Amino acid sequence: MELVKPGLGLIFWMTITFSIVLFILSKFAWKPILNSIREREDSINNALNAAEEARKQMSALKTDNEKLLNQARAERDQMLKDANDMKDNIIAQAKKSAEDEGRKIIEKASASIEAAKVNAMNELKTQVAVLTVDLAEKVLRKKMEDRAQQESFVNENLKSITLN
Amino acid sequence: MQSNNKKIFRYLIPVFLVLLYVGYNSASLFADESHTVDSLTETATVASHDAEHHETIGEMEHESAVEAEHKVDAGKLIMEHIGDAHDWHIATIGKSHISIPLPIIIKDNQGFKIFSSSRFHHGHEAYEGYKLEENKIVAVNEAGEINHEASFLDLSITKNVMSMFISVLFLCWLMLSVARHYTKNAGKAPKGIANLIETLIMFIRDEVAKPSIGPKYAKFLPYLLTIFFFIFINNLFGLIPFFPGGANVTGNIAVTMVLAVFTFVITSFNGNKSYWGHIFMPPGVPKALWILLVPIEIIGMLNKPIVLMIRLFANITAGHIIMLGFFSLIFIFGAMSETLGLGVSVLSVAFTVFMNFLELLVAFLQAYVFTLLSALYFGMAVEEHAHEEHH
Repeated sequence: MELVKPGLGLIFWMTITFSIVLFILSKFAWKPILNSIREREDSINNALNAAEEARKQMSALKTDNEKLLNQARAERDQMLKDANDMKDNIIAQAKKSAEDEGRKIIEKASASIEAAKVNAMNELKTQVAVLTVDLAEKVLRKKMEDRAQQESFVNENLKSITLN
Repeated sequence: MQSNNKKIFRYLIPVFLVLLYVGYNSASLFADESHTVDSLTETATVASHDAEHHETIGEMEHESAVEAEHKVDAGKLIMEHIGDAHDWHIATIGKSHISIPLPIIIKDNQGFKIFSSSRFHHGHEAYEGYKLEENKIVAVNEAGEINHEASFLDLSITKNVMSMFISVLFLCWLMLSVARHYTKNAGKAPKGIANLIETLIMFIRDEVAKPSIGPKYAKFLPYLLTIFFFIFINNLFGLIPFFPGGANVTGNIAVTMVLAVFTFVITSFNGNKSYWGHIFMPPGVPKALWILLVPIEIIGMLNKPIVLMIRLFANITAGHIIMLGFFSLIFIFGAMSETLGLGVSVLSVAFTVFMNFLELLVAFLQAYVFTLLSALYFGMAVEEHAHEEHH
């Protein structure tokens, strides 16, 4: 039973010692230790947060870059398309104008050909007329060599002319 | 894993043999009447040199007749070891005790009396009107008879007080050096012992204080850390079988009582309106039942520190008793027959080794449990009841 009877002396010393230990450790050990642990935790947390923030910024930057790249790509595509269209346009226009020009030239040429043909025809006609007249003169000269025949022809013609 | 176990066994066998041998020698010395302090060193030398082995054995056989007469009182031995004492007994060799005398401080109506416990000559002599009786100081009259009427305060530095001083000095030194490490290496990762202590501090803070107390934990944290390390260090010192340890500090009811009272006082002083309201005006209960409930609540409130006190005391004392019991078995059987004692010593040492590991766990566990329960009580005291009317 001696075991469960608390001794007064021990209670006395224990109370004093424990109070002193509590005071000393609280003031000189736990306070600096807990403070520095907290500070370190805070700094670690801050560092982690900063890293997270940086990571977020990086990913934001990445998406931005992606967006920019896509935009640039789209723009390039658009430009290429525009250029293509323009080229097609130009080619088509050039073709059209060339065709027009060709047609005009052909028309002019055929017109001048027609004119030349008409001229040539006219000249031919004149030539033919001159030649015919010459030939007829020659034929007539041949035929009217004989005086008698001349007279008979004139007479005949005279007869056919009815005066009045 | 397998090969590791084998390796451990290979090392354990010689250790067992040495322990056996030492135990064997001390068993014979236990009852030896003729040895003196000088022979301790001699036997120690003998124990470490095989050459002189046979000489000691011979000596022992010669004294076995004396030993046989010696009756081992295990109960008394154990109670002496786990109880308090006015001198720090280290070993008894024959009739000569090797012990450190401790100061006796007595306050009576004549004032303070301070003297060394060696003046009592281990209870054989009275000094200044006081005498040691079964390790307790009693007042004696002129004729040397015990005077039960005399009133005095015994504030002696006993073995437990001394052991507590040593462990507390160690604790303060340890924690202050850790604190110095922190102030020196502010913001850096802890190294060495500071790392170990930080693990425990973080454990108490994050696993004990924060979940049990809630947002107001910071106020109680220094106290919780102090009781945790105080109990833990004293438990560990109690496991050391010789001088700086060996005392049963945390297995002493006075010590656990003071710790429990501290917890109780802090709980009571920090109790808020709802804490006291639950005790003296239990809400949601008809007023007629208060006459029944209030005493129950008060008993419940007082019960908490008592449970704390008894749990720590009983656990640590039980551990000491078991280990001492195993060792006593060696001497009890050794007194019957030497061979039997030898055989039992193997078992005893094996069991004590096992118990020692268990006690290491208990040392931590009881410190943890005491701290956790204190934290829970503080938590109850400062808890805010948001919806009290529902209770």
